[in-house]
Amino acid sequence: MTTLLIFIIVLFVAVAMWQMVKIFDLAQVGASNNQVATDKDNTFNGYMMIGFLIFIYAITIASFVYLGDLPLMSNAASEHGPELDNLMIISMVIIFIVQTITQFLLHYFAYKYKGEKGRKALFYADNNTLEAIWTVIPVIVLAGLIIYGLFTWNDIMNIDESEDPMIVELYAQQFNWKARYGGDDNVLGKANVRLIDLDRANILGIDEDDPNAQDDVIVTELHLPVGRPVLFKMRSQDVLHSAYMPHFRAQMNCVPGMVTQFGFTPTITTAEMRQNPDIQDKVANINALRLERKAEIEEAGQDLNYQFDYLLLCNKICGKSHYNMQMKIVVETQEEFDAWIAEQKTFPNSLNK
Amino acid sequence: MSATADTHAHDDHDVHHHKETFVTKYIFSQDHKMIAKQYLITGTIMGVIGVLMSIMFRMQIAWPEQPNVLFEALLGKWAPEGVMDADIYLALVTIHGTIMVFFVLTAGLSGTFSNLLIPLQIGARDMASGFLNMISYWLFFVSSVVMIISLFVEAGPAAAGWTIYPPLSALPMAQGGSGMGMTLWLVSMAIFIASSLLGSLNYIVTVINLRTKGMSMTRLPLTIWAFFVTAVIGVISFPVLLSAALLLIMDRSFGTSFFLSDIFIQGEVLHYQGGSPVLFEHLFWFLGHPEVYIVLLPALGITSEIIATNSRKPIFGYRAMVASILAIAFLSTIVWGHHMFISGMNPFLGSVFTFTTLLIAIPSAVKAFNYITTLWKGNLQMNPAMLFSIGLVSTFITGGLTGIILGDSALDINVHDTYFVVAHFHLVMGISALYGMFAGIYHWFPRMFGRMLNKNLGYLHFWVTAICAYGVFFPMHFIGMAGLPRRYYTNSNFPLFDDTANANVVITMFAIVGGIFQLVFLYNFFVSIFYGKKAEQNPWKSNTLEWTAPVKHMHGNWPGEIPHVYRWSYDYSKPGHDEDFVPQNVPMKDGEEELHH
Ligand code: HEM
Ligand SMILES: [Cu+2]
Ligand SMILES: [Cu+2]
Repeated sequence: MTTLLIFIIVLFVAVAMWQMVKIFDLAQVGASNNQVATDKDNTFNGYMMIGFLIFIYAITIASFVYLGDLPLMSNAASEHGPELDNLMIISMVIIFIVQTITQFLLHYFAYKYKGEKGRKALFYADNNTLEAIWTVIPVIVLAGLIIYGLFTWNDIMNIDESEDPMIVELYAQQFNWKARYGGDDNVLGKANVRLIDLDRANILGIDEDDPNAQDDVIVTELHLPVGRPVLFKMRSQDVLHSAYMPHFRAQMNCVPGMVTQFGFTPTITTAEMRQNPDIQDKVANINALRLERKAEIEEAGQDLNYQFDYLLLCNKICGKSHYNMQMKIVVETQEEFDAWIAEQKTFPNSLNK
Repeated sequence: MSATADTHAHDDHDVHHHKETFVTKYIFSQDHKMIAKQYLITGTIMGVIGVLMSIMFRMQIAWPEQPNVLFEALLGKWAPEGVMDADIYLALVTIHGTIMVFFVLTAGLSGTFSNLLIPLQIGARDMASGFLNMISYWLFFVSSVVMIISLFVEAGPAAAGWTIYPPLSALPMAQGGSGMGMTLWLVSMAIFIASSLLGSLNYIVTVINLRTKGMSMTRLPLTIWAFFVTAVIGVISFPVLLSAALLLIMDRSFGTSFFLSDIFIQGEVLHYQGGSPVLFEHLFWFLGHPEVYIVLLPALGITSEIIATNSRKPIFGYRAMVASILAIAFLSTIVWGHHMFISGMNPFLGSVFTFTTLLIAIPSAVKAFNYITTLWKGNLQMNPAMLFSIGLVSTFITGGLTGIILGDSALDINVHDTYFVVAHFHLVMGISALYGMFAGIYHWFPRMFGRMLNKNLGYLHFWVTAICAYGVFFPMHFIGMAGLPRRYYTNSNFPLFDDTANANVVITMFAIVGGIFQLVFLYNFFVSIFYGKKAEQNPWKSNTLEWTAPVKHMHGNWPGEIPHVYRWSYDYSKPGHDEDFVPQNVPMKDGEEELHH
């Protein structure tokens, strides 16, 4: 059906184009033009410039109307999130002001000074004051953004170990995620891919003799207690992956041969987030859209009804199924978390004997 | 202003007419004008392939896993029953990116216009070495052929992204495309780099040594400044990519561990130990970032020339323009880390790269403001080349501004590798450079082929392209701001992103229409070569030297003596002259003064 639709559109456009080519060709016959713009062309294209300016503004407005909920700028679910969102909003506002003004000047001048036979342009080769003005203004604005940005960056990346963060390993492999908790001692047992033993189901290559590994817990769904700092230690066993947790404004690559890290403090539980009016609107909208595609979705074996969940996505190209490498994240109260983790098998118990 | 009088080895030997055979004239030509055409045609063919690929993978994104006759026809076994396979999706994205960046906008753009314009605008008989120039083109040709052959490899073409990060690109068992396909990709790129280096060295030497009498560096048109500096950046950074490629080949074929360590894949542990993929990222982006300026600067140079000519005004702030080209060139070599904020490198390095990156916004802003001021109080001749140049300034601003977000390490955490990035780099380098290339073609077509392109078709081409380019890439920012990752074969496994699905359909529609309308250009181009209106000697009333040379194919560019240069190239609408242009080879009148600094 869609194929047919595309095909018809393509055909239609092709025919339309052919027609236009013909018309332009005919229009040329007999006209004594040598293919250099005349006053008529200048006027026509001058007006088109204004039209185009309006188009740019219109597509900006349309994008805001249809795609403007910008989930990456609101409802952050981590402690550093709102600060980052703030920086993002400030940058965006500056960008939109500059964009609006400069595009206006560019297209308006293109219209205003469209050529006329016999008029002479102004010989205006340079002006150091102007040059200085538009060097200094960007310098000031950018200096502000750089300083703000660097403070935010340092805040996020320098993890304060004295806050006793919960240590969680994120382990990536083509094409799924595992998470490992340090257990009661909050220390991860040593691991290396050379210790992987599939027969014994030691898939993360953990050193079975390491005392710290005895209470480690390996899971396929990431649970986090709300309000407690987490420090993620990322590993990958095969190719590059990237642990992207957009709701928490968090991302870090997983690199074979080294351990990378990223830390944050979740501030909103999954249950609370589901009650958030913005999120409810978004979910309702998505479910309405899914209803339109009911047959397709059920055929693919998915749940028709979407419910909000935090997600961990792979965001570094890693091979064929890169597009489906995800893990659910549940943020819950400390009690819920304790109850959940008590139910999980510890590492020694998860091994095949 | 100092006037360097360059001695000129060619000056007094008469233009010799060797007997030119078909082969020496059209195939193994050493004439820079013919080589420029060869680059242009090869680049155009690669461009058609690259655009076709983008349309195919856009269709997959809009209508995921739907059967499509186009896929069935073009992808064969990679689209069983017309449904695109996930492996080939990544391969299409990879090869599209590679072709567009290197084959179309590096070789196709620089190769065409540096070759055509450097000798003609500085007043030289040809490049410093016609022979190396010929070799450079043929290496480019061979690398294009190898790249195309790689599309037909049994296990599929390279599919690790145009950035080919190892280990994905290093391990054949990680991905079908990392076998023979990747080998050919690397071979093709190694040959490409050799070609690019030969070309660049030639451009540098020619600009330094072969300027005609009176053509001091401060009288060079900005086009030449841009090509010259681009060549310098290329010579500095391409060798680094070559070494990265060679080390990767060693890891792949000879078991070394430059980029690999501790890998367990497909049930076995590999022997690699001690290398790091992060090292590869550094080497790659040491070229990769300057590369975007290698793509962009020539386009900006071309536009500077075209905007001045068609505004009938001097370019505003010539010296500031040269200074910003130099500043951009310098800074472009110390910002590569902004592609690696979350690669696992030390966060302190991230701070440094944020600083240098936002610095580079300053010369870029200066350039944009200078373009706008050049239009002010001009007498704008809206030729198609002028439209594309104005279009370039527009997309350069839109795309450049979002760099402020991506260059900020803190903000990049969030939008890294999302469609926000795709939107940013397509506007600021892809579309801008493409516009620069189109502008150059419309402007210098008469110089190349002695005929004019049809202007009405040019208008049609520009306006549809301009609308579609924004239609495709503007909404992508917003999809990216919703967190949608790039390089995903389909988003249907993430209900979270379902509300971006309709936008993706609209984007694809714009892409299809925009793609199809490039046929208008191709039609205009190929038909006009043979049937276009005959061009006058100087159709745009331009000041630069290329318009003083006869159009007829002739080795040595000028019959008789090379014109001498008495002024800069921007004396448009200069007070005291009747005409609104004064070519560079017109001597100063008695008492005439330079009115610029
Ligand atoms: C016909 C117009 C074009 C369309 C519709 C288009 C579309 C796209 C899209 C949607 C992607 C992202 C795919 C993904 O990440 O999943 C992409 C990737 C890319 N495009 Fe384009 N593009 C076009 C022209 C260009 C041009 C002119 C350039 C020149 C710089 C270019 C360079 C690239 C590069 C470097 C990539 C990244 C490839 C990768 O991820 O490895 N494209 N293109
Ligand atoms: Cu992945
Ligand atoms: Cu860069």
